[in-house]
Formats: sequence, C-alpha cells, structure tokens
Amino acid sequence: MSDNIVVADREKRLLSGPAVIALLFLLLVLGILLSFTLGRYPVPLKELICIILDRIPFVNIPVFWENTQEIAVWNVRMPRILIAVLVGAALSAAGACYQGVFQNPMAAPDILGASAGAGFGAALAILVDFHSNGITVLAFAMSLVTVAMVFFISQRTKGERVMGLILAGIMVSSLFQAGTNFIKLVADPGNKLPAITYWLMGSFVGATNKELGFVIWPIMLGIIPLLLLRWRLNILTLGDDEARALGVDASRTRLVAVVCATLITAASVSVSGMIGWVGLVIPHMMRRLVGSDYRYLLPASILGGGLFLLMVDNVSRSISSTEIPIGILTAFIGAPFFLLLITRRGDS
Amino acid sequence: MSVLVKNLSFSYGSHQVLHDISFNVDDGEFLSILGCNGVGKSTLFRCVLGLLDTYSGQVLINGVDTRKLPPSKMAKLVAYIPQNCSPTFNYSVEDVVLMGTTSGLNLLRSPGKKELERVEWALDKIGISHLRKRCFHHISGGERQLAVIARALVQEAKLLMLDEPTASLDFGNQILVQEQARALADEGYTIIQTTHNPEQSYMFSDKVLAIKDGRVLCHGEPQKIMTSDVISQLYGIDVDISSLYNDKVRICMPESFARFT
Repeated sequence: MSDNIVVADREKRLLSGPAVIALLFLLLVLGILLSFTLGRYPVPLKELICIILDRIPFVNIPVFWENTQEIAVWNVRMPRILIAVLVGAALSAAGACYQGVFQNPMAAPDILGASAGAGFGAALAILVDFHSNGITVLAFAMSLVTVAMVFFISQRTKGERVMGLILAGIMVSSLFQAGTNFIKLVADPGNKLPAITYWLMGSFVGATNKELGFVIWPIMLGIIPLLLLRWRLNILTLGDDEARALGVDASRTRLVAVVCATLITAASVSVSGMIGWVGLVIPHMMRRLVGSDYRYLLPASILGGGLFLLMVDNVSRSISSTEIPIGILTAFIGAPFFLLLITRRGDS
Repeated sequence: MSVLVKNLSFSYGSHQVLHDISFNVDDGEFLSILGCNGVGKSTLFRCVLGLLDTYSGQVLINGVDTRKLPPSKMAKLVAYIPQNCSPTFNYSVEDVVLMGTTSGLNLLRSPGKKELERVEWALDKIGISHLRKRCFHHISGGERQLAVIARALVQEAKLLMLDEPTASLDFGNQILVQEQARALADEGYTIIQTTHNPEQSYMFSDKVLAIKDGRVLCHGEPQKIMTSDVISQLYGIDVDISSLYNDKVRICMPESFARFT
C-alpha cells in the first residue's frame, strides 16, 4: 500500500530538494504580497506598497493614504494572512512528523485527538459565554489536555506502544466529539449553536493581531525543535529496533517529536477551528517533489503548507460575498487530490 | 571485537525462552546460529543487540557489559542487519546507507559532506555504487540486503549481526550475501548470523552454534556440528550427510528421501 501512495523516485526528479525549498519560499513571499491586495475594502497598489514600506524602520514616507486603509492593511489583512500561513505551515509540519514517527502514511495532525479536544474546548467556551480570546485559550488548553490523556492511557496499554497510542487517540477523540455534540444539543439554537457549528467548520474570519501574538509562540516553540531533529525523524521510520541499533533512543526521540507536533497542532486548531486535509495531503505532495528525506521534506512541508492554506483562504474570502469556511474548501480540494494520488499509477 | 555471552536466560512472562546460554565469539570470527523456528534464536539476537535488557546473565563485548551502554555507544560496537529492512517511506539507497552515520552525529545535526564520502566508500566496497540514487523499495531483496550491510559498515561497528540474511533471497543472491559476509570476516569484522541453512553455514562460517529448546546443543567448528546426529536432533528429521570436494562441502539428505528412489 505504501508503495503506491508514497512512490517518490529520485531518479526522475526535476529539481533538487534545496531548489524546491527555495522556490517554495519565493512563491510564499509572492503569495503573501499578493494576498495583501485582496479584500473588499479598496486599497490601491501604490498606497498598499507605501503603507507596508512605511513600517520598515528608518523608512519614512509622507502619509498620503487614508487612516482606514492603513487599518485594513495592518489590523485586518496582516493578521489574517500571517495566521493562515502559520496554521498551514504548522498543520503540515505536524502531519509530516506524525506520519514519520508513527510509521503511518495515513497519520494526520488530529491523530492523537488534538482537534477533537480543541473543538470540545471551543464549544464549551461558547456555551459559557467566553469572549473570543477565551475561546482560543480554552480550545488550546483542552487540546493539550486531550493529547496528554491519550498519552497516559497509552502508557497503560499492553502490546505495541505506537498501536496503543493510535487506538487511545481514536477512542479519546470520539469521546470528546460526543461531548461536543452534547454541548451542541443543549446550546441555545438561536445564537450559540450556529456559533459552535461555524467554529467547528474552521475559518480565519475575524483573525486579529492579538490572536496572531498568541499562536506564534507555541508554533515557533514546536517547529524549531522539529526542524533541528529532522534527520532523526528519518531513523524513526525504520521502526524502534533498527533505530535503537543505529544509536537513536527511539521512544525518547518520538516523545520529543510528538510533544512538538502536538503543541503546534493545538495552537493552530485553537485559532482556526477544524481544518482537515492540509496535514495529510501536503506532506504527501511534498514527498513527490523532494522525496522522503525529512531534511528536505520538513522545510518543504512547512513552506508548502503555508502557501497552500494562504491561497485557499484567499479563495474563501474573495469567491463570494458570504465567506465559505476554509475547512469546507480544504476538504473540497484535499479529497479529490488524495484520490488522484492513490489512483494514479506510481512509476512504471 | 570479541563477544562473550555468559549464562544468559530470558523469559517472556512465565514462559522461559532461553536457558543458561553461554558461548563466545573471537575477533574476526564468523558464527552461524542454527536452530528450528521458535527456538529462541531471535530472542538471543535481541539480547546480544541490547534490544532486550530484561535477561539474566551477561553479554560482554570487548569485556564491557553491554547493559551499561547507551544506544549511541552500543551502535559504535554492534550493527544490526535485520531480515527485512523496510522503511515506511521510499528513501534512496544513499539515504538508507547515510542513516548508518547517525550514531556519530550530534543530536541536532544532519549528516554532511564527510558522511556522504563514507557512504560512497561503503557502497563501493560492497560493489553497489550503481544503486546509489535508486529507490530502496524498487531494488531487489538481495540488493537491499547488501545496502543494509553497507549501512552497517558506515556505522563503523566491528561486530555485524545478520538476522537470517538469506531467508527471502533467491539462490544466487544467497551466495552473494554469504560471500560478502565471509569477505568482511576475513577483513577482521566479527560476524554473527542466524540461518536456516546448515549447508551454507558449513561452507561459509568459522563456528556454528546449535540451539535446541532454548539451550545450547553444541558449539564449535562446522565439521563437528554438521553430522547426521546433530542435524537430526536439531530439526527432528533423520538425515544423511554426504561429504563432497574433499569435505569442503557437506550435503544434508533427508533419509525419508530413500522412499522415493
């Protein structure tokens, strides 16, 4: 099965790993600039460039734009763009990491219950009338609590560790989903139920600089150690015995990787709601481009995930006057893509 | 690199698998371990490799008790060549071999130019340089086995442990892998392998360890082990042993075969 899904033959690759990474970086920078021009409130290109340049230290441009234009660029578009990039990068890095450390090509960031926990936390916060920051914080906290629960349960399972962890993840996830459904049942159908439902669909609507300031730290705290450990993620894909014989303490390395991946997943889910498919599809797409070696796969997944979610979010906020939740769009794009991936013949 | 196993016993729960096993392997010696399925060969292997540490008794490598060594130190002494190396994702042969350099790297470092040079050297030595950029999933079983041997060389351990290295290979590849192991032993590497093929162990190895019911049945020169008596006891069938080419080769013939001729 893995042979069909993750065929990546280096002999046939057009660009080397570093070249793909450089290209993705360039595209991401261009994508971010492009995204600033999109939006309902008109900000002409000249004003836009000057508003951005003005913020660079030691650059002073006489103000000729309207104050509302500056607010639209800095307080509305910037947090939304950067959060979309961060969340895309985080989900896709977490997916790539889980797929490696669990030796499971079907692993996604929600495998250990991070999303189910965050959803429950957010629903609970909306039920008890928390304001928006409160929802983010409670979703983040519940997400971490859920994964910690999964981890401690798996410590007590008999048999293989990784299998125990994945089974515990499935069970605890469904428990929290049931909890979320119960909250939806008792929530006021006039205003709270729609709010919960909308949150669960996943969206970047109303992203603020405050939220940006909240998620950027856990995401950085998780992504940097993963990048530093990326060579060792390769060794974990061989299985525990071989990893140990190669001099790597498999369970300890896996623990560090799982903690980091969980931290970034929890942080992203807490600001964006449930956004599926990114964490599963982007790493596989990147394997096609740069191969399975995490030295290139992880940076490529981070950049590719950021670029992908940014572009999908641009579509979601400009395609129609009522915004389509991005979670729906990623599924619309992700599922057919994945079908293409598994039905297309590898290389013969 | 010498190995000394002293009074090793191991149980899975209440089921004792290994009983008081003792043997030694000298520097540069090629040892084959024979025994029927489920006799505890793999368990013994895992104990010597340090993958299991709840055994009683001692495993000494160069006189050092391996239970006291962390994985990174252990990897510098012993390399493991599993029966079936199958990474979940499709790496190039070069990448798989490069993984052997990990024990020499700082925790947060990735291999660089120096490590790649060592990979080149090992591939060249094993004679598979042409496979360097090929996908590990797409090469043959024999080529995979050779690539993992190259990985062991890159690891710079002097004791190589091969778990049934020829079990799933065709006849030609079996000989290729055994010849490679022999050549490494002649160069000074210490080799321990498990095998189901007594004839091959006679041809290629210096010593044979026969295990029956978790106990050492006998240990010594292949000439001593490859007798109809030992082989019959080991596998539970009656065999005739014939000697060919001035006793350079011995053939096991099941006695039941007489019925068909």
